[in-house]
Amino acid sequence: MDHEGGAAATAAKARVARAAGEREATRAGGYLGVGALVLALAIACALPFTMSGFRLFQFTQVFTYAIALLGLNILTGYNGQISIGHGAFYAVGAYTTAIMIDKWDIAYGWTIPTAGLICLVVGFLFGRPALRLEGLYLALATFSLALAVPQILKYFEHWTGGSQGIVLSKPKAPFGMRLTEDQWLYFLTLAVTVVLFVLAYNLLRGRTGRAIVAIRDNHIAAEAMGINNSLYKSVVFGVSAAYTGIAGALSALAIAFVAPDSFNIFLSITLLTGIVIGGLATISGAIFGALFIQFVPNWAQDISKAAPWAIFGVFLILCMYVMPNGIAGFLRLVWIRMTRPAVPRGEVR
Amino acid sequence: MHLTKRSLVLLLALGAVALAGAGGVAAQTVVGVTATEIKVGNTNPYSGPASAYGTIGKAIGAYFKKVNDEGGVNGRKITYITYDDAYTPPKTVEMVRRLVEQDQVALLFQTLGTPPNSAIHKYVNQQKVPHLFLATGATKWNDPQHFPWTMGYQPNYQTEGRIYAQYVLKNVPDAKVGILYQNDDYGKDYLKGFEDGLGEAAKKLIVLKQSYEVTDPTIDSQIVNLKQSGANVFFNITIPKFAVQAIKKSHDIGWKPLHFLNNVSSSLGTVLKPAGLDASKGLITALYMKEITDPQWKNDKGYQDWVAWMKKYYPEGALDDQSNAFGYNVAILMVHVLKQCGNDLSRENIMRQAANLKNVELPLLLPGIKINTGPTDFAPIEQEQLAKFDGERWAIFGELVDASKK
Repeated sequence: MDHEGGAAATAAKARVARAAGEREATRAGGYLGVGALVLALAIACALPFTMSGFRLFQFTQVFTYAIALLGLNILTGYNGQISIGHGAFYAVGAYTTAIMIDKWDIAYGWTIPTAGLICLVVGFLFGRPALRLEGLYLALATFSLALAVPQILKYFEHWTGGSQGIVLSKPKAPFGMRLTEDQWLYFLTLAVTVVLFVLAYNLLRGRTGRAIVAIRDNHIAAEAMGINNSLYKSVVFGVSAAYTGIAGALSALAIAFVAPDSFNIFLSITLLTGIVIGGLATISGAIFGALFIQFVPNWAQDISKAAPWAIFGVFLILCMYVMPNGIAGFLRLVWIRMTRPAVPRGEVR
Repeated sequence: MHLTKRSLVLLLALGAVALAGAGGVAAQTVVGVTATEIKVGNTNPYSGPASAYGTIGKAIGAYFKKVNDEGGVNGRKITYITYDDAYTPPKTVEMVRRLVEQDQVALLFQTLGTPPNSAIHKYVNQQKVPHLFLATGATKWNDPQHFPWTMGYQPNYQTEGRIYAQYVLKNVPDAKVGILYQNDDYGKDYLKGFEDGLGEAAKKLIVLKQSYEVTDPTIDSQIVNLKQSGANVFFNITIPKFAVQAIKKSHDIGWKPLHFLNNVSSSLGTVLKPAGLDASKGLITALYMKEITDPQWKNDKGYQDWVAWMKKYYPEGALDDQSNAFGYNVAILMVHVLKQCGNDLSRENIMRQAANLKNVELPLLLPGIKINTGPTDFAPIEQEQLAKFDGERWAIFGELVDASKK
């Protein structure tokens, strides 16, 4: 009896100590995380002055993808609604920018928030009826969206230029800044990315974020706690679409051309691949996923011209085996392993 | 020898000329060329929905290999760098920027598809990179005034439409024309060429125009409407899947107009055979290449050379795929231009020589078709010949029609 009580006390003490240690580690991790973030930003700002225009263009694409992936991750990762149709919102955003610049001569700066706004509305309206659909059924509904949009774009030829698309000019750096078009686009995209990531971070870590996750984990329990499921779900759909639309708008500026062929079903699947590889329900995962979908297909092609997608498939499977929680999950795991206080041998857990 | 005043002046003048000459040479941009190598860049859809065309990119590489095995072009080997763009414009932009900025190719050649090329059109002209012999039938690549670095290759759709119109005006006195077209740029390009070709008479002669969407399951009702309109001439602007349906349906309901089938769907293997050789009898199309599955070319030297090359350099390629003949033909033209450049492989001279082709013949073009280009003419192939299907093969008839002469 005495002996048992003593053991329990020791275990409790150890638990308290470990909890304190973990808190410490988390705090240290927090500082380190902020440090890493600042360092990453510093590197991102230095890149344009050390890299060729082509590389900068690639990194501009990475940030564009990262925004779209973050949008999709809010919907799929955090809220549990699967979409294989986000390429459609990407297309709507891109065409909003292209049509506004091409038809109405509106300064490109205005087209980016407009693209976001239009996609917010479209996403919200699509999310409303789609609410009745769960899991795979929702996935199918969004799939149809991805299939339909390129054809709808061809139908409104007067606005969209049909299958020939719309050719744009690349924006030049404003205020007489001595930056090349590539450098300016890079900074513009980087700035938008940072703003949208901060917004998403604030949205997801508070009450709203917990509600979003609660709906994913158990929607009946969430409802019982007073969360308006249907409103939340459609708003999340709208916000997610808005993010993706802004990404589309930026891509239209970077590519300086839009056509229905740019937004085929493969784009939607690529985005979904990106969030799974990057890490579901993580914010940093969007960056890792974007790096993956931008660079790995190119590496695959360099390895084998004959079967690049087979190589890509191997990469995918390897990633899923080695990092089942995505790249972000994997890095977190490594971090925890490295910082965990040493556990005494033979201790009962 | 003593220096007189006059010889001194002469010497100075010579020196000045030499300097000016050197200055002129220095203004030329030579990129992607060394004493032993010329870098040629390309994008093709090796994956994605249009990947059937990817074999063109492979055939081109296989032909360059043959040229390199035989010593290259003026002692330089061709390094052919080709990337997959999956027929998606953003990927094309990325890959072309990689070719131009990172791989530093001398020129871009046969980049495939209208949307992908539209996406890089401005960029390559800003960068002043030769953008030669694109694999697309759109009309806009022949615009040397605004896009002096871009040049097409094959006859464009409008050209072909005009050829049929000319035939109708000349040979069908009481023509009532019915048209079926695909509702996109491809279909409308053909339609425009045809209507332009008819000119004033277009309004009177065309009795009914029907369109379809590429996603439609069938075009049967359109064919029935066309028959009921009383048309005796049918211009069939459809891709292979719908061409088969149109030929079959009009045969089944007993409509026997003078039937023009666009070149896009002229393949014996993929259109006429599935539609039925009997039903296809009497079709008229315009050709510019030798149809490789057509037995009439069995003993043709151009065809036999092609088969020998296929067997040696591209054995995995299909012998009944016209795309492999297409890639071979256009690669020969590219090598011709590089040879014509001699030792001056500056980008300016490559463009100058591409725009200076005089009566060039390619082994798999129809006999008599000659490629001519000039500073204001960036449309290499402008001749085609009408052919009638006789139940077995396309029998060429009449004379070569030159669409550049209206």
